Amino acid sequence: MSMGYRYDMRWLAGLLLVLALLPPLLGNNYYLTVLTMCCLNAMIAVGLSLLVGHAGQISLGHAGFYGLAAYTTAALSTTLGVPVGLSMLAGVGASAAVAALVGLPALKLKGHYLAMATLGFGVILSILFNETVEITGGPSGFTGIPRLSLFGVEFSSDLSVYYLIVALLGLVVWLSFNILHSRVGRALRALHTSEKAAQAMGIDIARYKLFVFVVSAAFAGLAGVLYAHYLTFIAPASFGFSFSVQLIVMVVLGGMTSVPGSIVGAFFLTVLPEFLRAFENVEIVLFGGILVLCMMYLPDGLAGGFNRLWRLVWRLIYVRADKYRQNRQDRQDRRDRQESQDRQDVQDRLEMLDRQDNMDGKDGGDNG
Amino acid sequence: MDLPSLLQYLITGLTVGATYGLTALGFTIIFNTTGIINFAQGEFVMLGGMMSVFFMRALGLPEPLAIVLAVAGTTLLGALVERLAIRPVRDCPAINLVIITIGVSILIRGAAMLLWGKDTFALPPFSGSAPVSFFGAALMPQTLWVLAISLLILAGLKTFFSRSIHGKAMLACSYDPKAAALVGIGVDRMVLLSFMISALVGAVGGAILAPITLTSFDVGVMLGLKGFAACILGGLGNPFGAAAGGLILGVLESLGAGFISSAYKDALAFVILLVLLFVRPSGLFGRKDGKRV
Repeated sequence: MSMGYRYDMRWLAGLLLVLALLPPLLGNNYYLTVLTMCCLNAMIAVGLSLLVGHAGQISLGHAGFYGLAAYTTAALSTTLGVPVGLSMLAGVGASAAVAALVGLPALKLKGHYLAMATLGFGVILSILFNETVEITGGPSGFTGIPRLSLFGVEFSSDLSVYYLIVALLGLVVWLSFNILHSRVGRALRALHTSEKAAQAMGIDIARYKLFVFVVSAAFAGLAGVLYAHYLTFIAPASFGFSFSVQLIVMVVLGGMTSVPGSIVGAFFLTVLPEFLRAFENVEIVLFGGILVLCMMYLPDGLAGGFNRLWRLVWRLIYVRADKYRQNRQDRQDRRDRQESQDRQDVQDRLEMLDRQDNMDGKDGGDNG
Repeated sequence: MDLPSLLQYLITGLTVGATYGLTALGFTIIFNTTGIINFAQGEFVMLGGMMSVFFMRALGLPEPLAIVLAVAGTTLLGALVERLAIRPVRDCPAINLVIITIGVSILIRGAAMLLWGKDTFALPPFSGSAPVSFFGAALMPQTLWVLAISLLILAGLKTFFSRSIHGKAMLACSYDPKAAALVGIGVDRMVLLSFMISALVGAVGGAILAPITLTSFDVGVMLGLKGFAACILGGLGNPFGAAAGGLILGVLESLGAGFISSAYKDALAFVILLVLLFVRPSGLFGRKDGKRV
């Protein structure tokens, strides 16, 4: 599905440019918060799209990896006083390590065991976040997390945090494109075409799937640690099952196999609820509906649907023009044929008359 | 620990486990005919309980009739799900179908929330709530109902799959859909039938459990998850493994809640699930040849 490395890199540059230019246009601090959340969700969605679209596996526990990293860095930096950069690294590492632990057995099996294993894992984590009150603060949340600071530089304003997050989103997208264009990406494409053939070529299916799963969990972890230090407050409600589902919807809506698509999906679904605040309860039904309809009628997502629509319109215009030309040609041909036929007929008839005349003449001659 | 309390945990575990078993059966039936895991299975269980409550409260129907209607309604919904969301895209990759069932489960849950609100409801026990003493443990009449009805369903399914022509046709589909189609079995119809049976079994489980554990629009997630854990425990694809897996899971959970901590009761099922995927992915009663890649 990918268009070539150069095309992807140009797309990434365009994305970064737009994201860099957006904040001054927004003006309002609230919009900046929404935009920052968009970027964080996009970070998770990009990783998830690698997993769903390219490794063909579903994770219903990505909110868990997001939360695990957030709580790890929160507990380390706030409770134990570890420097923020280090605790963030530990958070991402924790998500990746736990993903390897969950994925190792589940991905060795054919089928959708990973979906259920991650679903179970997400539920366990959600229970832990709520129950281990002395570590996580329980249902009321973890407060007083220090703000972002890396290598002695404190990101004191929201705008500076935003630019850091945009840069890291760029890194995540760049890494994803590189993975897709590397040996791993080629192996995954081979898997997609035929698992058996890929296996026969010596591709270690389980290992590549596991690699992608761990990478996607690490991306979710990165988003999680940034989220914790950006908001300085986290609560278990943000890391529940419904967020995992929401992440899947983002990926599916954007088009499962497309990295740019998943970013569009993430932005769309992060902004949409802001407009739907009035009917908060309908939101979940809407997500379900989008998921079903999208999978049934737009399996390659908004981007794919748009492409198809464009091709359809193009073909309609083109085919119409073509058909018109064809019709005219046909009519012309038919007219020509008719004309030559007519001419032939006239000629035939004239010849016949001639012959008859001759015969008459002969007869007459004979008789006469 | 003394015998009565151990017995008490066992009874509670078996009761809840029976529902897990029924949910697991639903997963197994659809998995066998289509090869997909139906994430909406838990919602069928939820609907069995919630619709019973709705028919009793809103329409004032007597309980048995309300339950029969709820089960019938859920079965119909199962058929609708297959017809509207699965059949039109039957030839898509399995991952698409699984995502569709995830979407369907969210839709059903959301619709239930909009219709009936976020409250928790109780269904009255089928025959009073005076406990019977059983070797020192209190045995609720509803427990007997749950166990009896579950056994009845199990026996019914056993007869259906081994005696009736439709049951045998469904088994044939699970072995090899192409071969089944070649000998003249309507595979499409069997898939429809499997969704209906799964919905029916799930709804019965939901209705008989509702008097014991209460019900609300979101019980389906947990029940579905535990049902799936029970499936893996018994060996995915093996109906009787699924039922047994449900009972074992229920008992383990109840003992865990009693002797370790009730706060982590729900986590236990998934710890078991993960451990099992590690050490014995073919389940306790599954064939050894769990398909590895």
